[in-house]
Amino acid sequence: MDIVGNVLPQVLKDEATEDKGEMARLQSFVGAIAVADLVKTTLGPKGMDKILKPTGPGQEMTHITVTNDGATILKSMYVENPAAKILIEISKTQDEEVGDGTTTVAVLAGELLREGEKLIQKRIHPQHVIAGWRIARDVALKRLRDISSENDIKSQEFHNDLVKIARTTLSSKLITQDRDYFADLCVKAVLRLKGSSNLDYIQIIKLPGGTIRDSYLDDGFILKKQITIGCKRRIENAKILVANTAMDYDKIKIYGTKVKVNSMDKVAEIEAAEKEKMKNKVDKILKYQPTVFVNRQLIYNYPEQLLADSNITVIEHADFEGMERVAAATGAEILSTFDAPERRDQVLGHCDLIEEIMIGEEKMIKFTGCKKNEACTIVLRGSSIHILDEVDRSIHDVLCVLTTTVKNRRVVWGGGNSEMQMAAACEEEAKKVQGKQALAIEAYARALRQIPTIICDNGGYDSAELIQNFNVELQKGNLTSGLNMNDGTIGDMQELGVKECMRVKEQAVMAASEAAELIMRVDDIVKCAPRKRDRA
Amino acid sequence: MSLAFDDYGRPYIILRDQGQKKRMKGLEAYKSNILAAKAVANTLSSSLGPKGMDKMLVSPDGDVSVTNDGATIVEKMEIQHPTAKLLVELSQSQDAEIGDGTTGVVVLAGKLLEQALTLLDKGIHPLKISDGFDRACDVAIKHLETISEEIDIQANEHEALIQAACTALGSKVVSKRKRELGKIAVTAVLDVADLARRDVNLDLIKIQTKTGGSVEDTRLISGILIDKDMSHPQMPKEVNDARICLLTCPFEPPKPKTKHNINISSAEDYKKLYQQEQQYFVDMVKLVKASGANIALCQWGFDDEANHLLLQNELPAVRWVSGTDVELIAMATGARIIPRFQEITPEKLGKAGCVKEVQFGTSNERMLVIENCQCTKAVTILIRGGSQMIVDEAKRSIHDAICVIRNLIKDNRIVYGGGSAELACAIQVLQYADEVSSVEQYAIRSFADALEGIPCCLADNCGLNPITSVAQAKSRQLKENNPRIGIDCMELGTTDMKEQRIYETLSSKKQQIQLATQVVKMILKIDDVIAPDDY
Repeated sequence: MDIVGNVLPQVLKDEATEDKGEMARLQSFVGAIAVADLVKTTLGPKGMDKILKPTGPGQEMTHITVTNDGATILKSMYVENPAAKILIEISKTQDEEVGDGTTTVAVLAGELLREGEKLIQKRIHPQHVIAGWRIARDVALKRLRDISSENDIKSQEFHNDLVKIARTTLSSKLITQDRDYFADLCVKAVLRLKGSSNLDYIQIIKLPGGTIRDSYLDDGFILKKQITIGCKRRIENAKILVANTAMDYDKIKIYGTKVKVNSMDKVAEIEAAEKEKMKNKVDKILKYQPTVFVNRQLIYNYPEQLLADSNITVIEHADFEGMERVAAATGAEILSTFDAPERRDQVLGHCDLIEEIMIGEEKMIKFTGCKKNEACTIVLRGSSIHILDEVDRSIHDVLCVLTTTVKNRRVVWGGGNSEMQMAAACEEEAKKVQGKQALAIEAYARALRQIPTIICDNGGYDSAELIQNFNVELQKGNLTSGLNMNDGTIGDMQELGVKECMRVKEQAVMAASEAAELIMRVDDIVKCAPRKRDRA
Repeated sequence: MSLAFDDYGRPYIILRDQGQKKRMKGLEAYKSNILAAKAVANTLSSSLGPKGMDKMLVSPDGDVSVTNDGATIVEKMEIQHPTAKLLVELSQSQDAEIGDGTTGVVVLAGKLLEQALTLLDKGIHPLKISDGFDRACDVAIKHLETISEEIDIQANEHEALIQAACTALGSKVVSKRKRELGKIAVTAVLDVADLARRDVNLDLIKIQTKTGGSVEDTRLISGILIDKDMSHPQMPKEVNDARICLLTCPFEPPKPKTKHNINISSAEDYKKLYQQEQQYFVDMVKLVKASGANIALCQWGFDDEANHLLLQNELPAVRWVSGTDVELIAMATGARIIPRFQEITPEKLGKAGCVKEVQFGTSNERMLVIENCQCTKAVTILIRGGSQMIVDEAKRSIHDAICVIRNLIKDNRIVYGGGSAELACAIQVLQYADEVSSVEQYAIRSFADALEGIPCCLADNCGLNPITSVAQAKSRQLKENNPRIGIDCMELGTTDMKEQRIYETLSSKKQQIQLATQVVKMILKIDDVIAPDDY
């Protein structure tokens, strides 16, 4: 119905709804802020974890997740509010792009919108708010780049920076007690990659049992497989042939083939031929003179026995990722045909020692002294699978942050220092800008300052007092000051050694502003009628 | 449903199952149609102009998109009303033909219908109204041509084109970076444009999206970007001076299209068949290698064994390249698409300066870039942004900008934006109205009012007082005889759109007015709607 009471014809489908103007805006603010509020208690070193419980029947549905990782929480939530979905989306992108800061990005976007809502209530047009935010964002990012420092990638300082960054990232996670230990472990792993950012080469193996402290970095490469029975369990100076070939039976790939015989003799003949074909293949493989044979696919008993007879250790059914890693680590080529034994030096991988080891209850194969020393394995131990999963996520975050730092090399001080400095820059800018955009710039500064505020609140400290003192310290010119979350005071970040990766902050600020802007620009929400599903 | 009776007073059944059908006739039908169409136009009207707002659309599956693009909004709204659907098509035909101005056309149609409603209330026959609109439309179009200006697209490093692209991008979420994105769009179009024929093949501009980074990180890649990686992890990641073999046959044993059976009845047959199968792979790779190719791109899959043979022969290869990419690569590198291995010859290979794998972010996604292609310069615009919604919207915006630039290359006449062109036409149409002595006069005058509705709507969206600012602009246009006075949306302090450099293409404006008039005429001719009740 329109204002005068005329009944308007129905334009949209039956269950579709359209919200306009204030209603639409209200809806998106409420949704986005709710999501931000939900994850904001996980922020900072004193942040709390969340239990995620899947809904629905079935065994696998009872598996719960305990986590502190923003992206994981948001990903598993089912929300209907479209603005909330945008926040979840940016958190996911943050995860893909830099791996950490997934909570920060959602909280920052939420705080921006909370400030934006107040401005709208003061009758400031959304476009003016956006214009102000855009100025503020540029100023903030400029300040962020200005305060960041860069060290030479080979220098000891850079190495120290990496350890500090890893420690900072870990401090908000479950394993904060052992953060020195894990920081060191992760830095070592990342430095092995020698500047490449391919995290595939760092394998993480999770094994329940023991304590978190029992986790370790293995400089070799561990394959979660067993050596086939009847083969040697320890091979020194191994020559490895990595293959991806059918070793069960070679089916004929020519289309439409069928075996049709008219007597039992013929069956036997064909069986023999089949066997011979496999024998040929094995013979070809033997010509390469490997001492270890790793295949992606299943190996049937017959070829297995043939290989074992020639004193070759057989590892079957290595999954594709595992195989790529073996190939990368040992410098082997993945073979599918075996007609060029003269290339054996090129295609065979090499490592000093292969042995079967026991970690906890499980048998695994360990490759040490590989030709290309890039791959390594982090073995995680812990008392339950939930803890291991969470540790895995934390380690993944750290590894991502570290590789990003290795690529970008710029670091900033942690403990809320960068946010406060950015906020200060915005406030300085606001004083110079004419027009109501200035209000939006101030709002942006307040939103940025919310991040350290929330970190304080989560730690149970008096945030109002701390943030004010923090600000004063910065004004005095102590540019390295930051929140000391252990004592609830303002400390010197240089002394405490709290550093963060600049790229993570940069991406968080950019993504959060873009998302807030996107939501702010909306004045109309059309929800289409949900697709009808036939329930079987 | 009305009933008809015969001489004996028995009711006729005219429509089958007429009890179950809805029917609207006469004035009721006109009004219902107009109101429905107006409802759609109203939704769009707040998206018009540089300060226009976006719409958030939730699809039936719950996916969210946020957009400012008229055609996308009406398409995703899933409109059900039959007349309102006409407006959806209107917006889409503007999109297909011109690519830009999809919001404006719907808003104009809405304003025209609004005017038509009052005329109907006055008791003017719908056909008279549509005749009047038609005549007014002709006058407006003629006037548009007289006030249009030719611009030199080459001058000052294509400054005019960049400005036009900026105008198109100004209303979008990416407006902050409109200059950078405008430049990217202009460079992209000029790279592939055939200036002699004044034609641009937009197929040569590939727009690839990738979430992450920020809109600023959007860049132009002088080459083709495909979302694939090498088929074998150990193949070289970079091929310089590439000779590309473009295949549409899989590296697998052939599959004849007719159904057949090969029956094996003896061990010899079995062995022979095996050997033949092995030979297939060797031959295939040999044929590709023999032609001198150093990279193979294939639309289909590879068998494991073939894949390894390729690696062994140092022939990097890519599998599952999509059909459109295959065509694009063929055009750009001058390669012939080869459907059979037997037909590979050296002259069918395409050439490119470099093919290499590039990586983004932490999630280990890789893409292939083909640079410095031999023939035409195909380009890719790689769009980055904080989330999928932003990236999608940026893609739509850049598409709009590209279309505007293409239109300018085809026809370099422009009119000025900011509602100035509409206002100038309105003045002209109003003058013409007084010369007409029949009933159409009223319709023509209303047409002028509807045209004024566009600057009015612009001013409204920018937070200006619509009536004052339109009145001011109009009186200045008349006083100074300057058709470039419009609405100062960006508050730059001048209402002369030439100074603000708000360029719109003549073809787009013309098309907008013509299409909107056509649709309104069509809606006005409907006097009876029959539809099933539950529809």
